[in-house]
Amino acid sequence: MSHNHAIDRRNLDWYIDKAVQVLVFIGGISAVIFIVGIFLFITKEGIGFLINTLDLQEFFGSPYWEPSDEDAPEYGILALMAGTASVTGLAMLIAIPFSLGSAIYVAEFATGKTREWLKILIELLAAIPSVVWGFIGLTIMNPLIIELFDVPVGLTVLNAGIILGLMAAPIMTSIAEDALKAVPDRYREAAEALGATRWQIIFKTVLPAAKNGLLGAVLLGVGRGFGETMAVLMATGHAVNIPGSVFDSVRALTATIAAELGETAVGSDHYQVLFTIGLFLFLITFLINLTADLIVRGIRNS
Amino acid sequence: MVNDTTPAKLEIQNLNISYGGQTAISGVNLSIREHEIFGIIGPANAGKTSFLKAINRMDMFDSNMRVEGDILFNGKNVREWRNIYALRSRIGVVFPLPVGLPMSVYDNVALSARLRGIKEKAELDLIVERCLTRAALWDEVKDRLDTLGSLLSGGQQQRLTIARALSQEPELLMLDEFSIAVDPVTTMRIEDVLKELKSEMTIILVTNLVQQARRLADRTAFFLDGECVEIAQTEALFTGQTSDQRTQDYVEGRFG
Repeated sequence: MSHNHAIDRRNLDWYIDKAVQVLVFIGGISAVIFIVGIFLFITKEGIGFLINTLDLQEFFGSPYWEPSDEDAPEYGILALMAGTASVTGLAMLIAIPFSLGSAIYVAEFATGKTREWLKILIELLAAIPSVVWGFIGLTIMNPLIIELFDVPVGLTVLNAGIILGLMAAPIMTSIAEDALKAVPDRYREAAEALGATRWQIIFKTVLPAAKNGLLGAVLLGVGRGFGETMAVLMATGHAVNIPGSVFDSVRALTATIAAELGETAVGSDHYQVLFTIGLFLFLITFLINLTADLIVRGIRNS
Repeated sequence: MVNDTTPAKLEIQNLNISYGGQTAISGVNLSIREHEIFGIIGPANAGKTSFLKAINRMDMFDSNMRVEGDILFNGKNVREWRNIYALRSRIGVVFPLPVGLPMSVYDNVALSARLRGIKEKAELDLIVERCLTRAALWDEVKDRLDTLGSLLSGGQQQRLTIARALSQEPELLMLDEFSIAVDPVTTMRIEDVLKELKSEMTIILVTNLVQQARRLADRTAFFLDGECVEIAQTEALFTGQTSDQRTQDYVEGRFG
């Protein structure tokens, strides 16, 4: 008995193990804590407006964003939503074919060194800061669009859509390529043995098998589009406007917050409405990411 | 009945296969006759699968794989086929692990016909029913043709794979250890199917079960370490009339 007692001690290894467990646990739940914390903070800052002043019909239905009008301020985000939606929509029209095409090339056709280099370059592209993209929109795309289409301004839906599309494409490519690579080779071999050509193999077996992952990639791109601020602020022209064509300037939800928050009095209606917009954006991106996540998870389970 | 005068479906002359300098097949010569079941037995790494891959040019996607020598399919070298997709569509392949493609049972079987450009529903229906029936699967799946092929059981998926191969209306059917992932009852059902198919096509049966070769094959080749040690009438091989002691040892289960 006494022998057992001597061995059964909590030694240093035991304490280290416990400490590591606690540290890893804190790391693991910190993401949840931050998300909840951010949510609470945004809600707290906007809650006064949300309860007292907010008129849902005006908020979502009015195209007039005149928060600094002293007599009768209007807080309509319809035009801002239209701005964000049009830019994101155009960006996806550009990014989806680009990213799917390059994902298919990298995953199915490229081999050896080409493949490695392409993957590195794509990741590099994804790492370009958004202000740099905005700069490109401002100084390169702007005069180019004025010149090419003979329009008075180049800071438009078209400009921001292209910039945002190019920004979102690399990350979408990366995820789409993962989805394609996850398709087992035996599917390809089976189709190949049937006499299917390269394209037939890809279209009839690989793409259908990877469709959840591809959809997830697109949704993450959409999420990126909604959330992007700096590049959109610089390239859209920042004019409150429901666009009639791609050559109109618009203003995005995110850009509005970024541009105006610094100039408002803390606690004012204007200040609080910006946080309400933030809350709205938070919910939308949360929903998009959640959907993307559920879809991607769907492939793993089936 | 197959005999020595039956024309050759497949003529293999001095075949060498290697992967990055590693030899998988060396100096194989053999000819497979029309309407015979040609068994290939041998332990793992004997080069059996590489042999099959070379026949329908599956080496094309494998940049590592080097094939030398001549493979004559209907007298024409497979390397000289200008349209290898047409070549492959005449050769059905069943892989060791069943591959239910991630589409419905119906679409799995209709795929090859659709690749050939057949669009009419009635014709596709007919092909699907006929092939599934011949693969002894129709009765089990006829009420759920729209379930995902990958959701069927292992044995059912393997019969689905066979139905898909049959839908190509192949002249040559190559089976690579098809019973690895299949229960014994299903294996026997598939073996019965193969005996019937023999009248319509030539079959190469690669198997690691020597008794399966004995049950099905007209002639059997013994592969060992990339070499074709011996080719003989199956009955002879199993009744001690082998010309090489290694064949005798393998057949009797002394190694492998």
